[in-house]
Amino acid sequence: MRVNGAAESLDIEPWVSLLDALRDRLGVTGPKKGCDQGACGACTVLADGVRINACLALAVQYDGKEITTIEGLASGDDLHPLQAAFIRHDGLQCGYCTPGQICSAVAMLAEHRAGMPSAVMERPGELSEAEIRERMSGNLCRCGAYNGIVDAIKDVAGQEVR
Amino acid sequence: MTTKYAETEQRQAAVKHVGRPVDRVDGRAKTTGEARYAAEHRYPGMAHAALVHATVARGRIEAVDTEAARAVPGVIEVLTHENAPAMKPAPKSSLMNPSSLASGTTVNYLATDEVHWNGQPVAVVVAETPETATHAASLVRVAYRELPAVVDFAAEEPNAVQQKGNVLQPAAGDKGDAVAALAAAPVSVDLRFTTPPEHHNAIEPHATIAVWDGDHLTVHESTQTIAWLRAHLALRFGIPERAIRVLSPYVGGGFGGKGPIWAGTLLTVLAARETARPVRLALTREGVYRTVGGRTPTVQRVALGADNDGDLTALIHTSVTMKGRIGGMPEGVVSPSRHLYDAATIHLRQRLVQLDLLANTAMRAPGDSVGSFALESAMDELACELGIDPIELRMRNEPARNPMDGKRFTHRMLREAYEVGAERFGWRERDPRPGSMRDGRWLVGMGVATAYHPSLMLPADVTVRLAADGGVVVRCGLQEIGVGVATVQAQIAADELGVPLEVVRVEIGDSELPTGPGAGGSVQTASAAAGVLEACRKLKESALALARRAPDSPLRGRRLDDLEARDGGLYHGGRGETYAAILARAGRDHLEAGGRTGMLKFLAKTLNERRRWVKAASGAHFCEVRVDRDTGEVRVSRWLGMFDVGRVINAKTAAAQLRGGIVMGIGMALSEATQVDPRTGRIMNPGLSEYHVPAHADIPRIDVRWLDVPDPTMPLGLLGIGEVGITGVAAAVANAVRHATGKRVLDL
Repeated sequence: MRVNGAAESLDIEPWVSLLDALRDRLGVTGPKKGCDQGACGACTVLADGVRINACLALAVQYDGKEITTIEGLASGDDLHPLQAAFIRHDGLQCGYCTPGQICSAVAMLAEHRAGMPSAVMERPGELSEAEIRERMSGNLCRCGAYNGIVDAIKDVAGQEVR
Repeated sequence: MTTKYAETEQRQAAVKHVGRPVDRVDGRAKTTGEARYAAEHRYPGMAHAALVHATVARGRIEAVDTEAARAVPGVIEVLTHENAPAMKPAPKSSLMNPSSLASGTTVNYLATDEVHWNGQPVAVVVAETPETATHAASLVRVAYRELPAVVDFAAEEPNAVQQKGNVLQPAAGDKGDAVAALAAAPVSVDLRFTTPPEHHNAIEPHATIAVWDGDHLTVHESTQTIAWLRAHLALRFGIPERAIRVLSPYVGGGFGGKGPIWAGTLLTVLAARETARPVRLALTREGVYRTVGGRTPTVQRVALGADNDGDLTALIHTSVTMKGRIGGMPEGVVSPSRHLYDAATIHLRQRLVQLDLLANTAMRAPGDSVGSFALESAMDELACELGIDPIELRMRNEPARNPMDGKRFTHRMLREAYEVGAERFGWRERDPRPGSMRDGRWLVGMGVATAYHPSLMLPADVTVRLAADGGVVVRCGLQEIGVGVATVQAQIAADELGVPLEVVRVEIGDSELPTGPGAGGSVQTASAAAGVLEACRKLKESALALARRAPDSPLRGRRLDDLEARDGGLYHGGRGETYAAILARAGRDHLEAGGRTGMLKFLAKTLNERRRWVKAASGAHFCEVRVDRDTGEVRVSRWLGMFDVGRVINAKTAAAQLRGGIVMGIGMALSEATQVDPRTGRIMNPGLSEYHVPAHADIPRIDVRWLDVPDPTMPLGLLGIGEVGITGVAAAVANAVRHATGKRVLDL
């Protein structure tokens, strides 16, 4: 398995979740554990670019895959545009759901670009606030930073369009 | 009071950072995964714990079979009441020892065979891996002798007894004969409301890592009260406070749940001592529901009588809440009715039932959030009865002084909040007839409600250090639970000292730091600000004293009050010098000063203030809902919160706090409820898949504004804002639903 570009070799029991493997075995603690049952999205990571709930995935299923966590989004000191936008628009408070929100947003924008539909989609290609909210609803934020998160994503999506 | 306003204005002239929408100082750490939360530290040899929860509401443990659990490879220890050494019992609650108030429950875990609630931890498994501990915990077999248990709040509610009040929290109140006035009122409403139990559901579940080194203990904890936790652990484990270090630099949300000390924390420390290993316990989400108390359910009656013009002649507000037989707190549910309306007569009572359930605890705006739902819904219903606009009804009854006792308000701007808010929200476009506004299949409704939360402060010790290289370090054991506490204190210190924000570092989250206030009751920012202001003033005095010793200093002969702190130094007009120059001349590498409030001095000041004034943050909520005409589904489509929260220090983090309160209030109104099985006392929906907290799709754009007029009695004129946002929210939603549909929501 590659984690944030580095090859990792793990000898683990088949029941260990990808989330626990990352957090407890590899010390990659960016992905958070909020519910351990796929309900909160705090553990969202990218597996070969696709967003998944790492708590619902067994680590052994991801043998040979490329896993990207929040730690892998910035290049050196340069933040990923979404990370910078989350700070600028205050799309966070306690910070615990934030890595999941940002990873989810990265993949969500890619899904949208690829034309994947959503339940509220009206016109393909348009990313309204309602679209963002619908597509991000798997990521809970109990502090209620939702407005800031939507603003951050809109900001970055706008940059992409330009 | 006028002089205080003048002072504040003068100060504002020099303001550079306070009030600005400054980015969070920890934004980078939190968006890159660098920020480490309690469960994310690693120690060599660290073992992992899992809890076994009781499955009966009340009883005695007859037998515990740990054999199968112990047989699992990797299991280190299984602690039960049969083999665990007893901790010292929980201290009796006393106002003189605030940390005693931090006991989540009075149960001495694993020192008794008694079960007091369904979910009480009855065994702890310690193993080499978290998976092993969890699996082994599932193999522990416990046999109980069940005892009769009282767990059904709805059934017990009629048997409630009068709450006991105290100086700070009265449980009853009367002004005139409200019962007679209600009977005589030409127009009246008399409504019964219910609200369900709720849970905080901070996205970070509670977690503890405990490391013993001889008699010294280090604890990483997700806590809102570092100082109380340390004091509490010292009592329970019989070691001095100085032998304990609590580290909690990042807390993944609290909302009240991480205020008290619960079973998980204590049992982790116990397990670490018994196994002589560092032990981590990261509670499962279910574990949080089983061991951490939540918001009490309530039954409330609000009856209002008015004359035909809408002047209130009677206000009756009574409540019933629960507490656990093994702890909890009586909630001040009728508190809003003490402050909001100038009724000729008032009758207030708070009653209580004790149940064999886990202790309840504070959850964002305890009392005020649920109490405002009932009072503000009843006001809306009265407006409907009278045929008066609900804002007009509120303005008719807006008091000049505190209704119960005639005390002055330090500051009250609800009229302005409603006036400015109504204009901004477009309230005039509201057709008052129920069901009259439609948008396709949606019935559209608009509602208002008042937000109100008392403002308090707690003692805070702060030190500020200024180094010769210009760096400033503010130190205070504050808790960053998402409010941006380090950011706002940095802004305050930068302005007070006249230095750039970038040179100020704020150290928080460590019991080795000067003792901070807990993050609760909306006290943290104001309490710490008082300390920062005092420390900065002392620091400038020290700097000035050093400068005045030098014959060539342009500050010679000057008094601090004549000087302006700016550009990294002290100036009188164009003449002055930098701190760096002052320190260099004096051959000093730093200056340090402390702001400190002793508990006794603090209590005296607080009581004195309470005798004179009533102080609160407040606001007006404007809500628009859409109700599906066929399914009855309610969607909140628009929101404006117009607040009076004194001076705002950081426009970005303040807006976030107020919005966050509104989001949680929308959850309270529409989707949140902890379901307790009335037969067994077991929580039936202990998870985020069955307890619905608002998701992105539930939350519209929330417009948050404030009047930004400083409170004359608070440091920098600021009022705490962590809780006022949620008060009144559920009522605003319910009132909008009433407008959309003609139906009054009585049960949340």
